[in-house]
Parts: sequence; structure tokens; C-alpha cells
Amino acid sequence: MADKRRSKEKFFVVGEVRRGRLAPLCRELAGKARQLADSAGGEVTVILLSDRLAEDPETLFSSGADRVMVVEHPSLALYNQEIETNVLAFLLKKENPAVVLAGATTSGRTTLPALAARLETGLTADCTGLEMEEETGQLLQTRPAIGGNVMATIRTPSHRPQMATVRPRTFPLPPASERQGEVLFPWIPPSLFESRVENLGFEEGDEGGGNIQDMDVVVSGGKGLKRPDGFGMLRELAALLGGGVGASRPVVDAKWIDYPHQVGLSGKVVAPKVYIAAGISGSVQHMAGMQTAEFVAAINRDPEAPIFRVADLGLCGDLFEILPRLIERIREEKRKP
Amino acid sequence: MKIAVLIKQVPDTDDVRMDAEKGTMVREGKGAIVNPLDLNALQAALDLKELLPEGTEVAVLSMGPPRAHEALRECLSMGADRGILLTDRLFAGSDTWATGKVLAAAIEKEGPFDLILAGEKATDGETGQVGPEVAALLDIPFSTYVSGLTLAGGGVEVRRTVEGGVQRQRLPFPCLLTVLHALNDPTMPTLRGKKRARRAEIPSLGGADLGLSPHETGLEGSATRVVKIGYPTLARNTEMYGEGRLDEGIERLVAILRERAVL
Repeated sequence: MADKRRSKEKFFVVGEVRRGRLAPLCRELAGKARQLADSAGGEVTVILLSDRLAEDPETLFSSGADRVMVVEHPSLALYNQEIETNVLAFLLKKENPAVVLAGATTSGRTTLPALAARLETGLTADCTGLEMEEETGQLLQTRPAIGGNVMATIRTPSHRPQMATVRPRTFPLPPASERQGEVLFPWIPPSLFESRVENLGFEEGDEGGGNIQDMDVVVSGGKGLKRPDGFGMLRELAALLGGGVGASRPVVDAKWIDYPHQVGLSGKVVAPKVYIAAGISGSVQHMAGMQTAEFVAAINRDPEAPIFRVADLGLCGDLFEILPRLIERIREEKRKP
Repeated sequence: MKIAVLIKQVPDTDDVRMDAEKGTMVREGKGAIVNPLDLNALQAALDLKELLPEGTEVAVLSMGPPRAHEALRECLSMGADRGILLTDRLFAGSDTWATGKVLAAAIEKEGPFDLILAGEKATDGETGQVGPEVAALLDIPFSTYVSGLTLAGGGVEVRRTVEGGVQRQRLPFPCLLTVLHALNDPTMPTLRGKKRARRAEIPSLGGADLGLSPHETGLEGSATRVVKIGYPTLARNTEMYGEGRLDEGIERLVAILRERAVL
């Protein structure tokens, strides 16, 4: 590899643009790529694909980008996996980067695997840690598996680029710098904007679960709620905290609440700032879906409930007494100026 | 219509337990199941077959160790027409790309297929990468996160559940779709299906049968290498508040909610 290092190694970020606006992950990944590039003497490029940018791409320089490549085309108004793959494959084959990062969003997790196969290289999904290994100059990609019970560190020894997707909000947003850079509008062969996939439309709305993966607070309930209407208290608590409602698998199976609320390996893996589990004893499969939360509070009447082992704060008692008191106290707090 | 369903055998996570000392998951010797989302993919195929019984065939393909034939047999008992096991010692250590190459080769050999279906991701690796990789290797159109599916003139119309809403797309055959739980409710195997599945022959294909060289598959055919596996300890230092101290605990929680700026 050493002989190839005469020119600067290139670190690419595949940005995400929604209705003309840059998703926050553009800045997050530009910052991370900057950090990686600095340890390898490299440069950072962010690629933005959209129908029309409504934001100034130069704002990404202060997050760490040396270059921003802007591709605008009417066919990019709605996400099109085929066109994105075509355009990115074209650009990356020309640029031959060392590293490509993208968000582990539904689009990143769709485009990037197709792109990696097209470029005949590897891809690591949902990385939570990325660093350059000093001795080899290779990207170490760390990702959780089985809901965080296993952390695997992965390397792409001899294929390029080294590609990884990163769950949004994994890394802190970089502090603004004075960095300057250039905005490029690369030429793309028009045929690459043709697609066999036809977009018919987009209907806004959530899938019914309130997108609990994007929430800072998740309040979840299990069998300990005793009845489906027990979720009323949890909805109230979640609303007070600006959060979403989660559930364990047994209550989803019992149809007390819909599947999009299910937290766990066979549902959603969440990592909110605060997770409150009420009446959930803590099966392995549930805990794998929430144990990476920053702070966990558990309410359960059984002192031996496994959920307490992954909790920072445990309230051992009757949730029908505890929850109303907690809700009342939070109301009081919120009334305070 | 010819439909291929790609399935994976995964550890039964309802069956795992924690090692209390180390706080890690014990997986050895535990049961194995068909990856839950792959059952939604199979159900979608079976629903299409019910809609168009004439000439529709559902083939189920899985790459895995020899015991993965159990998973294929379960799919046969649910109503799939045939199962093909892709197994070879040389496949061991495959990353998602190398897995994609094996599945793509098998689809070409066993096809042509109009529609290829798979679960959005498996509960063990959770990468969700194999589906799109197979589509790219076959150079066919694909869609992901599919929560609704209808036939539409020589192709399919799908609903994709993504951040902030539902996107609708139309794809021509042949195409590949990865599906979500919301797509359908998988049915249970029938007694008749079970009987039929028990008798069914499940052929195994290895790398040579698929025309793949040993360099293309397994660890050698993979671009990524796992260099370290860690088992993070999950246990936290829990501040416990029991009977008599619950009010104190609630106060503490309220204070923490304030500290963490969620209140």
C-alpha cells in the first residue's frame, strides 16, 4: 500500500439530502471522516445527491469537508436506489477513495450494499466505532451484533474502498472550524439517471410506532401492565418527556400494542438517551434491543427481574403506584418556571 | 411465475440465556429457526402463488451448514415447492459479499426467476446487505423495506416503509425485494405440508456445482475480515429503590431526567 500513498488518500462521505435539506448525518460523518483523514494525511469529500439543494453545501467545510461534490438531477427528487448506485459507482471508480462512509438509514443501507457489490469490495453495516489502525493504515470498523451482545471489529485488508455505514447520532457533531474548501459539480453520463425502478410517490407519516428509533426517550411496557389499557399511563409519561412508547414482545404478540412499538431483537433496536422499562422482566431478546441506551430506569415488582441488571436506576414495587406518582411529579416539575 | 425465496437459519433468540457471571450471551447448543423476516418473504411468495396458482413455483434457497436443511424443510412444510441447500466447507467464513456471490450463482443456475424475495435482515448478523448485494451481482432492479406488495403488469408495485413515510415504487420482473414484518402474517405449517416436507428431497449444491472457484467464496472470497470479537459486559451498577424508599427513587429519577435534559 505504501507506494500508493504519494497522492493524498481520499475519504468519502455519501451525504443524505431530504427535500433539499442536508440531513444532520452529513455533518456528523464529515466530522468523523475528517478525524480519520487527519490521522492518515488524507482529504475529505462529501457527495450530495438531490434534485435541487436548498442549502449551501459550503456549510460542510466547517464540519471537516475539503470538497463537496454536488449532483443535482430531477430524477433524484425521491430516493432511487438504482440511480444512486449508478452515480456513486461512476464517481467512486474515478476517485478511487480509501474509505467511503454513509448513514445506516434505510437509503444508506439500501444503496451501499449494491454499491459495494458493484465496486467488488466489502461493507460493514451499522458501525459504532471507526478508527485508522496505525501500523497498517487500515480502517478498523467496529459494529455491534446480536443487539450489542457481541462487538466485532472488522477490517477490509486488500479491497478498496473500505466501506461502512454508521447509524445516525453515533458520533458527536463536529465543532465548527474555519476550514475552506471547494464545491464541485461533476459531470455524470446522462444514461446513469435512467432507472428500471419507477417512483410512484411518497406519503408522509409514521408507521404507527412513532419512529421510536429516533427518539431521545423511550418508555416501554410489558406484561406487568396487566391489561392493554395500561399503555395509557406510558403514553402519558412518554408525551410528557417528548418520547415514544415501546413494548416487549409478549404484549405485542398479545396484540395489546402494534408491532412497530416492539423493542428487541425481533423488533427495533433503540439507543435513546433515556429508556424507561415498566413491567418488563427483561428477556435476553428484549434487553438486546435497549441495553445500549445511555440511561436505563426499570420499574418492576420482582427484585430478581433480569431487567434490573441492565438498569442504572431500579424502582422495585407496584408500577400502578409508581407510574402515577412519577407522572404527577413530572407534571409539577414542568409547571415550574 | 417463478419465485425464489432466500432464507437463513439463525439461532433462536428466545432460547438464549445470559451467563450471569460474565454478562454475555450463551449461544452454544441452542435451537435454530428460520430468520423471522424470511418467513414474511416466504409468505409473500405463497400469497402470490395462491393468487396465480397456474404455473407459479416457489423455490427456497439457503446458504449454510448441512443442518440448515431443517430450515428449508420448515419452509416446505409451509408450502414452498422445493428447497435447495447451498453448502460447502469452502463457504465457511463468508462475509455478506461472498454470501451474495453464492446466492447469485445459485439463482442463475436454478432460475430463471421472475421474483426473488428475502427478509430485510437476519436477527443474527443484522446487516441487511445480502439482498441488495445479490441484486447488484445479478444486475436486476431491487427494492428494500417492503411493507406492501401487489402485482402490476409484468412487475410489482411496492410500498417501502422508510424514515418519515411510505415510498411507492414500481419494478419490472425480474427483480429482488427485501421485506418487513408488516408485509403479512406468516401461516403455520399444515400437517399435510409437514408430511410432504418430511419426504421431500432437498438437493445440496457446493461451490463446484455452482461454477464458483474456491477463491470466490468463503473467507478467501470475502473482502472483510473479523479481527476481534468482544463481549461487552452488560450489567450496570444499579441504584435500587424498594418499598419504603420509592418516593426517594422517584425524586432521583426526576432529577436525572432534568440532568439529561429530557424534562
